[in-house]
Amino acid sequence: METDHPVIELRRVSKSFGRQRVLDDIDLQVERGKNTVIIGRSGTGKSVLLKHIVGLLRPDRGEVYFEGQRVDRLHERAWVPIRRQISFVFQLNALFDSMTVLENVAFPMTENTTGRIDREKIRHLAAKCLELVGLTGFEKKRPAELSGGEKKRVALARAIAMDPPPKVVLYDEPTAGLDPQRSDGINKLIRQMQHDFNVTGVVVTHDMRSTAEVGDRVLVLWNGHFVADGTAQEVLQAQEPHVRRFVQGIAEPGDVVTFTA
Amino acid sequence: MPRSNLVADSLARVGAGTIKGVTQALLNFGRFWVFSGYAASFIPLEMTSARGWRRFLPQCFQIGTRSAPVVMLTGMFIGMVLIVQGWAQFDAANMADRLGAIVIISLCQELGPVLAGVMLAGRAGGALTAELGTMNVTEQLLALRSMGADPIRYLVTPRFVACVVLTPLLTAYADLMGTLGAWGVYVLVFQGQSEPFWYNARQTVEMWDLNSGLFKSIFFGAAIGLVSCYKGFHCKPGAEGVGQACTQSFVTSFILILMLDLFLGFLLNGVYSAWFGFRSLV
Repeated sequence: METDHPVIELRRVSKSFGRQRVLDDIDLQVERGKNTVIIGRSGTGKSVLLKHIVGLLRPDRGEVYFEGQRVDRLHERAWVPIRRQISFVFQLNALFDSMTVLENVAFPMTENTTGRIDREKIRHLAAKCLELVGLTGFEKKRPAELSGGEKKRVALARAIAMDPPPKVVLYDEPTAGLDPQRSDGINKLIRQMQHDFNVTGVVVTHDMRSTAEVGDRVLVLWNGHFVADGTAQEVLQAQEPHVRRFVQGIAEPGDVVTFTA
Repeated sequence: MPRSNLVADSLARVGAGTIKGVTQALLNFGRFWVFSGYAASFIPLEMTSARGWRRFLPQCFQIGTRSAPVVMLTGMFIGMVLIVQGWAQFDAANMADRLGAIVIISLCQELGPVLAGVMLAGRAGGALTAELGTMNVTEQLLALRSMGADPIRYLVTPRFVACVVLTPLLTAYADLMGTLGAWGVYVLVFQGQSEPFWYNARQTVEMWDLNSGLFKSIFFGAAIGLVSCYKGFHCKPGAEGVGQACTQSFVTSFILILMLDLFLGFLLNGVYSAWFGFRSLV
C-alpha cells in the first residue's frame, strides 16, 4: 500500500564507534521510486548509514522510520517482516560460499517462505532473476568460480529475488573494483530495477560516473553531516570546497604528506 | 619524576589494566552464555522441521564422518601405547593378564572421551571457527540477517547439535579402536594370551565405565560446538583475525574439556561410590 510517508526516514541519527562520531545528527528522507545516491570519502559513515536503514546497526541517538513505522528500537525478530521488503547489496557481495549461484539467489525466497516451500516455483523465479542480470547458465557454479563483475551481478539478482519484489534496495559500493564497462553494466541494472520493479534505491558510492548515471538525488556526507543535497548535476557542479574537491578527485590539503630530507 | 610518583604511577597503570582485563573477561563470559542460550533455544524448532534437518545433516557429515578416521586412529594408538607402557610393571608383578582390563577402563573413562574431544576440537572445531569467521569478515553473517534469517539459528544451532550428538559416537569409536589396538599389541607384540585378556576385561569393565565416558563426551561436544561458533562469530576483521579466532577456539575448547573432565570426574565418582560403593581393580 502506497502512503504519503517517505519510504525511509532518518531523524537526527547519531552513531559513534569508540570516540569517533561517524554520523552526527543526520536527517534523511528517501523518496519512493527514486534512486538516492550518497557519496563521500572512505570512512565517512556511508555504509554505516545504510546498515541503520536495515537494522544491522542501531543508532546511539535519533530515529529511523520505514514506511512511517519507527524501526530503530525493534527486536531482531520484529525486523523480519521489514527485511522482506528491503534488499541489501553488500560491498563484498556476501555470497554464500557453500551454495551454488542458484541457491544463493533463491535463498531470500526459501528463507522467507512460511509453510510449505514450492521449490519448483522458487527455482523458476531465481533462474528468471539470473536471466535478468545476464547470468543464465551460471546456476550450478559456486561463487568462488565467478569473476568480480559476475559476483556483483549475482548479488544484484539475489537482491531482487523476492516475491513480491523488494520495495527498497540498498547498494553498498555496487561498482567498487569493477572496470568501467562492468560498472556501466551494473549502473544500467540499477536503473532497470528501478523502472521494471519500481524499486526505491539508496546507493552508496565513490564512483562519480555511477553517481551521474543512477542518481535522481545526490547527497554528500562529510564528517558525519550532509554538506550537499541536490540532483546529480547540481552536486557534481557544486562550489562548496569539500564537495568540489571530492567530486574532482583532488586531495584535501591536510591529506597531502610531504617528505622532507 | 620522583621515584615514589613513578612507582605509584606504575601501580595505578597495572591496577587499571587488571580491572579492564577482568571486566572484559566477565563481559565475554556473559556474552558467551547469552549466545549459548540463544543457540540452544532454537533446538526444538530446528529439530522438528524439515529445513532444520536439511541444515543439521550436512553438519553431521562434516563434523562426524570426516573426523571419524582421525579420532579412531588416535584411540587405536593410545590403546597400543598404554599396553607398551604398562606391560613391564604388570608383568613383573605377575599381573599381565589384568593389564588389558585396566587399559580399557582408562580408555573408556578418560582417554577415549578426552582425546576424541581434543581431536574434534582441533579438526572440526577449528574448521567451524574458520568457516564462521570467514563468513563474519566477508559480511555473510550480516547478509543472512539482512535477509531475515537468524544467523545463530541458521548456522550455530545445527553445528552445536551435531557436536553434541556426534562426540559420544566418535568417543565410542575411539574406545573400540583403542581396545582393539591394546589387544593387538598385547597379543602380537608381547605374546600375551588372548583369552585372559578378554576374560579379565569382561570381569572388570562395567557398563558404568563406558557410559560415564560417553556421558562426559556429551559435555565436551557441547563445549566444542559453542566455543568454536562463538569465536567465529566474534572474530576480528581480516585473515589475522580469523587465524587468531581459530587458535583461541582450540585453546579454549581444550582447557574447557580438561576442566569439565575434572568436575565431571568428581561428580561421577561420587555418584558411583554412593550407588555401588568401592570397587577394586586389582
